[in-house]
Amino acid sequence: MRNRLIFAGQFVFTLAVAAFLIVPAILSMVAGVTANYFRGVRSGLTLQWVMQVWELYAETIARSFAVAFVTLGVTLSVGIPAAYALHVRGGRLSRAIEEIITLPLAVPGLAIALGLLLTYGGFGDFRRSWLFIVVGHIVFTLPFMVRSVMAVFSLIDIKTLDESASSLGASPWRRFRDVIVPNAHSGILAGSLMVVTLSLGEFNLTWMLHTPLTKTLPVGLADSYASMRLEVASAYTLVFFVMIIPLLVAMQILADRDVRQGTRR
Amino acid sequence: MTLKAFVRLCLLPLAVIMIAFFLLPMARLVIVGGSGNSGLYAYAAILLEPRYRATLINTVLLAMTTTAATLVIATVTGLFLQRHRFPGRAVLIAMLTFPLAFPGVVVGFMIILLAGRQGLIGDITQTMFGDKLVFAYSMEGLFLGYLYFSIPRVILTIMAAVERLDPSLEEAAKVLGAGAWAIHRDVILPALGPAMVASGAIAFATAMGAFGTAFTLATNIDVLPMLIYTEFTLAANIAMAAALSIGLGLVAWAILALGRSFSGGTIAAAG
Repeated sequence: MRNRLIFAGQFVFTLAVAAFLIVPAILSMVAGVTANYFRGVRSGLTLQWVMQVWELYAETIARSFAVAFVTLGVTLSVGIPAAYALHVRGGRLSRAIEEIITLPLAVPGLAIALGLLLTYGGFGDFRRSWLFIVVGHIVFTLPFMVRSVMAVFSLIDIKTLDESASSLGASPWRRFRDVIVPNAHSGILAGSLMVVTLSLGEFNLTWMLHTPLTKTLPVGLADSYASMRLEVASAYTLVFFVMIIPLLVAMQILADRDVRQGTRR
Repeated sequence: MTLKAFVRLCLLPLAVIMIAFFLLPMARLVIVGGSGNSGLYAYAAILLEPRYRATLINTVLLAMTTTAATLVIATVTGLFLQRHRFPGRAVLIAMLTFPLAFPGVVVGFMIILLAGRQGLIGDITQTMFGDKLVFAYSMEGLFLGYLYFSIPRVILTIMAAVERLDPSLEEAAKVLGAGAWAIHRDVILPALGPAMVASGAIAFATAMGAFGTAFTLATNIDVLPMLIYTEFTLAANIAMAAALSIGLGLVAWAILALGRSFSGGTIAAAG
């Protein structure tokens, strides 16, 4: 009886926490398709707000994707070789480098953005282009890519693979391309999902780095929260959810698959 | 090409990017912070100037309260979810981790929908007591927002730690006659300690540096990131903004390093 009560108490508590997290998200999704939120769903469902968001902010959505994919391209081409080198080299220097590249995770985005502005703000064309935002996103997401790929290297015996390919006469570049990268695909995929998700949602850096002509989706969101009616802000948030949820689900599936493989091993 | 040369080549792009776009800007930030009208005093002003000091204390108190509340909530739910199997458990876990990728601005909007002028809490209190309760645009609202994005992260860490607990320790305690409460206090909670320190440090550092949520809720909430932003954009006091962000970065980094030295693992602060 007492155990039952404790179970029920914990269950209700957990339910309440879940409600705290999920209810506002549902409210915002409903508000985004409600004709008049003040009068409630009775006022009818409509897609007019979503259409309005599309007219007002389609450009920010496209730009966010462009930023995310250029960021992904750079983090892939810089991060995978770096992860390989750090793993193969090992030693104190590699650990120090790893420490430095993870610093952007500890330093608040506001500080990084301020530093970038103070250093490169004078280069007008660069400062005004959307590539300025990409630079911020690269610094912020690169550690995730490097760590995610390094995590795979520590699971598989990369040295033996590398050495056997080497004894067959393959050059370092061919070994990297044909042996190392294919074997690291799960870490590369996980890192890529992470980079794209983080880049699509990045605000702290982007708000400081953007110009009126280089707004991204989260910047537009902040804009709409401040100046648009609740229904439009909600519809915009709905668009963001629709973009981000498939990425989250994919990450979850990947993580579950890793866990299953882990137990099999 | 030898392997050694190839490895060096692999590190080159990383070095270029990190030096050009992180280390150089950070160094510039440190220099600018000390080159305003008041020179190096700008760094001391964070602690000596009453206005800045009050904001710093506010921010630290808020981050501490958030961390403590998150740890309690996440430990109770994490233990419960990992210890019991029941229908709907997977859905509950999915609901609890869903907000993981929400940016701070979206979290702020979630709080507005809960406790803002057209919010759910206001509606409920209006019908029940005839009085509209609105607190989204204040420190309480910000606290709720920080809870919102810390809970999912901490729950995941706690659940993973519960899974790794050694069940034989608990059985031994039970055999020795320990009650459920004693087992929790003396066996389970100490074993979860490292995970709690690690995830607590992340929650603390995130709450210190988070900007998006405060920005969405109100520009006059008195926390460090908002102060940096207003010093930079409104007051154009660039040196002070730089000094304050160096201070903020140092605190966040120190807390994370401390948490890591206790637990060994690293996870990111974001938001």
